[in-house]
Amino acid sequence: MNELVSAVPWLGKRNPMAARWLIIIIALVAPLIAWQFGRSWVRILDFALLYMMLALGLNLVVGFAGLLDLGYIAFYAVGAYAFAFLASPHFDVHMPFWIVLPLAAGFAALAGIMLGFPVLRLRGDYLAIVTLGFGEIVRIFLLNLNYPINITNGPQGINMIDPINLFGWDLSRNLQITENFSINSLFLYYYFFLLCVAGSILFVQRLQISRIGRAWAAMRDDELAAKAIGINTRNMKLLAFSLGATFGGVAGALFGAFQGFVSPESFSLMESIAVLTMVVFGGMGNIAGAIVGAFVLALLPEILRDVAVPMQQTLFGTVILDPEVLRMLLLSLAMILMMLLRPSGLIPARARYAHAENMKREGAQ
Amino acid sequence: MITLLEARNIGKRFGGLHALTEVSLTIHKGEVYGLIGPNGAGKTTFFNVLTGSYTPDGGEFVFNGSELPSGKPHKIVGRGIARTFQNIRLFRDLTALENVMAGHHIRTKAGVWGVLTQNRFTREEERLTTQRANELLDYVGIGHFAEVVSKNLSYGDQRRLEIARALATEPQLLALDEPAAGMNATETGQLKLLIEQIRRDGITVMLIEHDVKLVMGLCDRVAVLDFGKKIAEDIPTVVQKDEAVIAAYLGGGKHAD
Amino acid sequence: METLIQQLINGLVIGSVYALIALGYTMVYGILGLINFAHGDVLMVGALTALQTMLFLMGVAPGLSPIYMLTIALMVAIPVCMTLGFLMERLAYRRLRNAPRLAPLITAIGMSFLLQTVAMIIWGRNYHTFPQLISTTPLEPIAGVFITPVQVVIIIASAAIMIGLSLLVTRSKIGRAMRATAENHRVASLMGVDTNAVIAFTFVVGAALAAIAGVMFASNYGIAHYGMGFMPGLKAFTAAVLGGIGNLGGAMLGGIVLGLVESFGAGYIEHLSFGFLNSSYQDIFAFIILGLVLIFKPTGLLGERVSDRA
Repeated sequence: MNELVSAVPWLGKRNPMAARWLIIIIALVAPLIAWQFGRSWVRILDFALLYMMLALGLNLVVGFAGLLDLGYIAFYAVGAYAFAFLASPHFDVHMPFWIVLPLAAGFAALAGIMLGFPVLRLRGDYLAIVTLGFGEIVRIFLLNLNYPINITNGPQGINMIDPINLFGWDLSRNLQITENFSINSLFLYYYFFLLCVAGSILFVQRLQISRIGRAWAAMRDDELAAKAIGINTRNMKLLAFSLGATFGGVAGALFGAFQGFVSPESFSLMESIAVLTMVVFGGMGNIAGAIVGAFVLALLPEILRDVAVPMQQTLFGTVILDPEVLRMLLLSLAMILMMLLRPSGLIPARARYAHAENMKREGAQ
Repeated sequence: MITLLEARNIGKRFGGLHALTEVSLTIHKGEVYGLIGPNGAGKTTFFNVLTGSYTPDGGEFVFNGSELPSGKPHKIVGRGIARTFQNIRLFRDLTALENVMAGHHIRTKAGVWGVLTQNRFTREEERLTTQRANELLDYVGIGHFAEVVSKNLSYGDQRRLEIARALATEPQLLALDEPAAGMNATETGQLKLLIEQIRRDGITVMLIEHDVKLVMGLCDRVAVLDFGKKIAEDIPTVVQKDEAVIAAYLGGGKHAD
Repeated sequence: METLIQQLINGLVIGSVYALIALGYTMVYGILGLINFAHGDVLMVGALTALQTMLFLMGVAPGLSPIYMLTIALMVAIPVCMTLGFLMERLAYRRLRNAPRLAPLITAIGMSFLLQTVAMIIWGRNYHTFPQLISTTPLEPIAGVFITPVQVVIIIASAAIMIGLSLLVTRSKIGRAMRATAENHRVASLMGVDTNAVIAFTFVVGAALAAIAGVMFASNYGIAHYGMGFMPGLKAFTAAVLGGIGNLGGAMLGGIVLGLVESFGAGYIEHLSFGFLNSSYQDIFAFIILGLVLIFKPTGLLGERVSDRA
């Protein structure tokens, strides 16, 4: 949160308290504003929050530990499918949300360790390709494991996944307050996801400022030196992979439940790259960067969809660049230009790995 | 005198090159022990084998009475051996303080759960780590640079920081690889005082050094390596007069014939 | 027995194409230590440019003989790809030579997707039929084994190109400069080698090979589309690693071996997995091989040219 606060332009440095409240208020009223433009915008915000969780998780692997993972979306897939298997008519299993969610997270963490073990010794660029391969293998299996036994239902995916149900409170139903006032389900999901993102930020922040965060940063900056001061780099890498994967798994489970439907299409390499771009765009290794990167790059393609498509209609009489093309163009250009012009990202805040409070105490003595 | 480290017949080959051949030496508790020799004599290789960066092809190290595991750097650090590097290897993007705090990693225990819940144990451990790191920065004389990102420190301060980081692992034996390289006379003088202080505080020091004056003025005993073999080991004044050593330094007279 | 030989031939054909692409990866890696992720997409640009040229020629000179048509198409595709390779290096990678280690790779990934997107804008999302100017009807079967003329051409042409490239690298002045630069940039430039020019040249040669491979690939399968370069690119990278990255002979060997493994793997996977997996899993072989090689023998079959770029 502190990083996010100091990232607020102008206000962040002058009046952190005001900046903090500003962020909280924006986060709370954002869906109300979005609603004015149509309900689909609230839905887009819901997805933006899921991307934030993914970006936070990937940032932990890429930004903190310096392990370039190009198959990150596989963990999202594991989480989503785990949820789909355990809470849908597909196998006719309907386990409660609070049991499925940790299970999905656990499976994803396990997948993270499974990927982590064999690739421990790989150098940065090799690691990237192998993780990419891992992501593709997972997708190929999801696509084809409908034969000879139907496990994943192949390209059609799994339908009618149970919605999120918090102790009997079904988020997929509009909340009826009075007879003619109800809160739309999209808002319920928004605030629940917001809570999840807030929790994730807290979690990641605490990890960053801890012996674990420092060990990751050390390993990222100089692996040999990290070993020489006694850091067990193998365990630290596995920890980064499995914790990062856990985020992906949780986000995936929420995604499956929210959308009610999963298919291999949602877990293509392009999605891994999209999340990576969010991290890179915001600024690798800092939490505010991941949040802002995810927010901007999840929203911008949708805005373009709304603006650029009608604009092309009026200008050229036809749509030359369809929204999907625009999104790819945006992501790939963001990635290249960011690396060339501003490699430390949109918010190049230096991440802290020590508590400010502890240091002040020392300074006072 | 109590023996702290005993190297027994350490050997290391790279392909056909014998980097170390049957090197045996003994380091006593509380001394400053110098390891010298011409370039390529195998000094840094010895450090790398000792600290687990390389696995030796033969021989063993006995530290504090029991054998050291080979090729497991973090376990060796855990047993109480810390090192610095010839070509400074700091964590570039971390501040001086964070570098030293990272060095304390192996002496701390907080796990994911503790970090997540910020329980009392974790908070206390973190506070002590910060405190200890600040003390160590003061100890090596760069306390005022605690908040400076390490890549922005001057060369001499980077060397000091690397020593502070190594001390944060709470070693019994501190292995310094050419700590005075690239330093001017004033800085070398300060370094000498620092090493003497470290020794007074009960930490045994082993150092590789080219600066003969520094070695002679600082070390209790010196071993000389040449072509991967130990050719002498004694107090500095004796070693200085050793014929084999003089020959090695003058250009391998012994090997010419 | 016949299926065995059939798969051997199929594997050789696809393996030759992988080898040609792998050479581009390996040359760039040898010199810069960079995995040029976008290399596979250069192949796609080559194939689609050739396709565009052919369609144009068919419009203006319908009677042109297929050989001429193919030659002209290559004559257009190769320079286009060379320019593309040159520009990528000049505008992006060169600026990143001293950047933090993940930056060039991330840029290369972005480049790959940018090329695909641009191709999607120009050529659309659809699969295009690639004119099969060299016949794909099998020749008279020899001992029950079918081979098509296009396959014969691919094998012969690849072999010729690989021999040519080997001669270029080992015998010519620029080849010597390339090897010197790969060994050590700084020293090479001190010896009077214009390393920037050498690196640009390497990209350009790699791109030319990719253009040819693209046309071969499209001719063999009879289709071309914006995403066609990605998988062969990854597989060729695997081939390069398998052979020992940075090593030209290794890339060739790796390409052939990978082609064979895939071909046999696809044929026998159903047996091997007790009917659980089928040939739609063909693409995972490359990844599994890549993983295994990197874990157990990261220097590859013929040994990596060690480049210490951390």
